Amino acid sequence: MNALVVAPVALPLVAAAVLLLAPRSVLLARALGIGTTGLVVVAAAVLLARTLTGEVPVVQVGGWPAGIAVVLALDAFGALLLLLTSAVTVLGLVYAIGTGEDRERTFTSLVLVMSAGVSGALSTADLFNLFVFVEVVLIPSYVLLTLAGRRQRIAGARLYVSVNLLASTLFLAGVGLLYGITGTVQLGELAGAATASTPAALAAALVLLAMGVKSAVVPLHSWLPGSYSVAGPAVTVLFSGLLTKVGLYALFRLYSVLFDGDRRFLWVLLALAVLTMVVGVLSAVGAKAVRPVLTAHMVSQIGYVLVGLGLSTVAGLGAATFFLVQYVLVKAALFMVGGAVEVRYGTDVLARLGGGLVHRERWLAVAFAGSALALVGIPPTSGFVAKLQLATAAAADGPWWVLVAVVAVSAVTLVSMLKLWNGVFWGEPSALPAPPRGPAATLVGPPLLLAAVALVLGIWAEPLLAASTIAGQQLADPSAWVAAVTR
Amino acid sequence: MSAAVAVGVLVAGGAYLVLQRGLLRVVLGFVLLGHAIVVLVLAAGGDGRGFPLPGNGAGAPADPLPQAFVLTAVVIAFAVTVYLLGLLRAGSTEPGPDDDDARGPG
Repeated sequence: MNALVVAPVALPLVAAAVLLLAPRSVLLARALGIGTTGLVVVAAAVLLARTLTGEVPVVQVGGWPAGIAVVLALDAFGALLLLLTSAVTVLGLVYAIGTGEDRERTFTSLVLVMSAGVSGALSTADLFNLFVFVEVVLIPSYVLLTLAGRRQRIAGARLYVSVNLLASTLFLAGVGLLYGITGTVQLGELAGAATASTPAALAAALVLLAMGVKSAVVPLHSWLPGSYSVAGPAVTVLFSGLLTKVGLYALFRLYSVLFDGDRRFLWVLLALAVLTMVVGVLSAVGAKAVRPVLTAHMVSQIGYVLVGLGLSTVAGLGAATFFLVQYVLVKAALFMVGGAVEVRYGTDVLARLGGGLVHRERWLAVAFAGSALALVGIPPTSGFVAKLQLATAAAADGPWWVLVAVVAVSAVTLVSMLKLWNGVFWGEPSALPAPPRGPAATLVGPPLLLAAVALVLGIWAEPLLAASTIAGQQLADPSAWVAAVTR
Repeated sequence: MSAAVAVGVLVAGGAYLVLQRGLLRVVLGFVLLGHAIVVLVLAAGGDGRGFPLPGNGAGAPADPLPQAFVLTAVVIAFAVTVYLLGLLRAGSTEPGPDDDDARGPG
């Protein structure tokens, strides 16, 4: 039964290879892509159900003895994120049918390889394999960014590839130094290594710095708006759901295991978290098109998630997990709405759209309104529960300025969501030429579904709250995970 | 000691090139930085234990793990470098800049 841990890595890779070898057929690509990632969702759900009982499924790949084998293991935090990323991948692939991006020959294969890399990064217990899996995620993303390359996209891709190459170089240097100091890269054997010696702490800090670049923590964030807002609509949805989340996962996992949640450095994380929230939300105020506003908010939401890591209490880590899950869903929905407007009207610049689309695009407006409210944190949406949890945890254990930032940044978020609502949907009927046909179901269905999930998670939050609390407990005390991967 | 100096020189040169204008220099800078990391990881594995060749008689063989790391990293860095060069070529054949200023900052 433990072999199921391998499935989310192996299945998409096999499917991607089959797709590349098979004769070109859009229908086959759609069926195989959605079918495979659907299977991964099922596997992730089964694994999550098992990890919630406190069990940690482990596989020593190839049957090698511990210490030599490549170890894949999942705890509640990893399994929850695995379920989340695979669900976003399925919806992203459905949405790509609507935007027409999956007509590109290699699109589905690249997305499958990317999702295999994400699953691997979420389940590996080895620092060097984490590096390899992160590269497996990044390399398809380089190509996806430049599909149907316009000049603007090439410029964005140059920035994106360069920054990520630099971050990977840093990461590898950190891994090499840690190996030199401790003689191992197995995360289980490295548990607490950074608290034991200063050189190890410095090497581990280098690894965290590299992951900070990949998850766009201010002041290492400036590559993100430049590259995400030039990608295709479905590609942006997939990037927002998968890429920076791997970086965030690694930050949580590595700080929890290597530093054992060391309280001496928490003020650094809290200061970075607040800086990320504030800078992100303020840069959204100046943006004049839908996707740049949304990517700027992505930075600010990453700050919210980091607040939980900066608190490093059971409540804080649990709240961060809940926040991360709901924010990925909500953000994907918002990007889908923005992309759908762009696909149907040829632009997402607010001044050119001029508002008034609510009269034509009723369902897109509903999806936008629902997910925008959830992003701001208005009850009864999931964002309210998430921010309430985070604010409660910050009030209990954090300094006062964290709580102030959590509330104030939400208010500014509301301002820019209102700007988007007024600029795209509200007002007199739009003067833009109407597209000949109504929007395809694949274009409107996924964001509507996600907005509905945001509402459900707000009203019936108990299951996810329980799961994220268990994840928080396991992150605060990773001994079960460490024992499982070193066995 | 020689490894440390080599890493220092390579990182200095790489950092200088990465900070230059022009993507080609940046790419070359990344090549240097990649080499620096290769030397770093190999040195971290310990270079005092002889070469990993049978029968060279210098005691225990060298640690194979850093060499495996480096091999993997070199392949990945090579692939990404070639891709960056591809982007350089793709960007240079297009007409002049037409940045969409209407989308605003960020």
